[in-house]
Amino acid sequence: MKQIWIISKRELQSFFNSLMAYIMLVAFLGFSGFFTWLFGSDVFFVKQASLQSFFGIAYWTLFFFIPALTMRLFAEENRSGTIELLVTKPVNDWQLVLGKFLSTLLLIIIALVLTLPYYITVANLGPVDHGAVWSGYLGLILMSAAYISIGIFTSSISNNQIVGYMLALFIGIFFQIIFGLLAGNLSGLFGSILDYLSLSTHFESISRGVIDTKDLIYFLSIIFIGLVLTEGNLAKKRI
Amino acid sequence: MDIIVENLTKKFGTQRAVDNVSFIVKTGEVLGFLGPNGAGKTTTMRAITTFLTPNEGTIKIGNLSIYDHPDEIKKHIGYLPENNPLYQDMPVIDYLKFTAELYGIEKSKIKSKILEMVNLCGLEGEKHKKIGELSKGYQQRVGLAQALIHDPEVLIFDEPTAGLDPNQIVEIRKLIKKIGKEKTVILSSHILAEVEATCDRIMIINKGKIVADGTSEELRKHAQGKEILKITIEDGDVNEIFKALQKIDSIEVVDFIDKNLNSFEIQSKPEMSSKKAIFKMCVEKAWTLTELTPFETKLEDIFRELTMN
Ligand SMILES: Nc1ncnc2c1ncn2[C@@H]1O[C@H](COP(=O)(O)OP(=O)(O)O)[C@@H](O)[C@H]1O
Ligand SMILES: [Mg+2]
Repeated sequence: MKQIWIISKRELQSFFNSLMAYIMLVAFLGFSGFFTWLFGSDVFFVKQASLQSFFGIAYWTLFFFIPALTMRLFAEENRSGTIELLVTKPVNDWQLVLGKFLSTLLLIIIALVLTLPYYITVANLGPVDHGAVWSGYLGLILMSAAYISIGIFTSSISNNQIVGYMLALFIGIFFQIIFGLLAGNLSGLFGSILDYLSLSTHFESISRGVIDTKDLIYFLSIIFIGLVLTEGNLAKKRI
Repeated sequence: MDIIVENLTKKFGTQRAVDNVSFIVKTGEVLGFLGPNGAGKTTTMRAITTFLTPNEGTIKIGNLSIYDHPDEIKKHIGYLPENNPLYQDMPVIDYLKFTAELYGIEKSKIKSKILEMVNLCGLEGEKHKKIGELSKGYQQRVGLAQALIHDPEVLIFDEPTAGLDPNQIVEIRKLIKKIGKEKTVILSSHILAEVEATCDRIMIINKGKIVADGTSEELRKHAQGKEILKITIEDGDVNEIFKALQKIDSIEVVDFIDKNLNSFEIQSKPEMSSKKAIFKMCVEKAWTLTELTPFETKLEDIFRELTMN
């Protein structure tokens, strides 16, 4: 546990040192704020004291931002060779993978915490379904964790960050929208399998305030599979 | 802690980068691992540091096997990989702190440990800079500092002076000598002089196999089975001298070096010396012996001979 935290701390430091963290935070708050308050189907347009429009925007913003955060994590270590020094220190592959995963998740959580003023503002505008807001945030965190896991995996495949980014988006877009679209056009068993695989289905049901174990298992499975595959990639490099 | 390598084989595809290699390095010994590029030095060291898993063979550090106790072994090793890969965007101090934490050094001791390393490796003026901003020589010192911070018993340095200028090389070698006294050290290099200057023992590897192992004196003696002399004899006919030399019993081969100068290279039969006989011959024939020098077999020649084919 201690080793995981040491790894996480260094990654967080590196996010902030490289300005990546600030750029991400400013861009995320800017985008989500703009669309939540000023543009399109914003809070005033909907005339409802709810954060639904924010969750919708954050869902897409995070989808594009997360691979940009994860692409570096292993690709850069592989490219520069620093992975050799890292894995010959007393840390095992799992601690390494979990440490990097945790660092990015923490950064996302920081970003989400910074949007709490939106919540406070909305709560002042009218009656808010508090349960739905908190489960919306939970949905965003789970969805982020799933994409971080996918992003870390694609980052561990090669030593090229761009490859890591593009591959993460490519895999992500299936979960984000393609499975859902296909499921809408198909019926029967295949349709329901695709519907279960679609991340948006689970995200929507959680962000509506219904926290079902089925949805939790879905997100935890994606996280788990992504991390296991990453660990496999690390181990493969030594053979 | 001893390093015990037994029948180590590492393949990349069909290539045997390290081929059935066995050796032991004893505590307090500094072993120079010498070989041309691609010989298998880095691969061997990577297997010892648990970065690569061998295809065959066992490696033990003290009583610990790399298969059963990798995490325990890592705590005892200080490793400076080839090309010294460090986080370029990290300040020196932060990086050393990160390393100290990973090695589980107590929180209260981390600061003093870092200071000790900064002093030992001469990083005082650079400690707040980002690693990427340092010169190659200073980066190498950071590499050494991270390898030494947990006071490991085993040190593995892969080409520690590659790419440095002569002054930096001298300093790094001095540092290695200083810290290597009570530790078990393996240092690789493709430069013979470097290994001779810093190591107690030299092991030459070529194409994945060990081709020589011993102190520099032992290696020299081994290659110096036969006496080789360079002689110059004046006041006589070249061909006559040549024939007379060939008649001496102890001489195996006579070769012209320079016909005009009457210079010859003489190789004696094994375990024999021809110096006296040559001198006597000159006296008898009233020739003047103006030069008689034994050829020193240079370690370079041994190295070249062992690794050329
Ligand atoms: N990861 C790898 N994949 C394929 N071949 C490799 C790899 N690492 C080393 N080799 C090959 O193994 C041989 C030994 O390499 P190395 O141990 O780096 O030699 P040295 O350090 O003595 O220069 C070389 O022919 C090299 O090309
Ligand atoms: Mg090498």
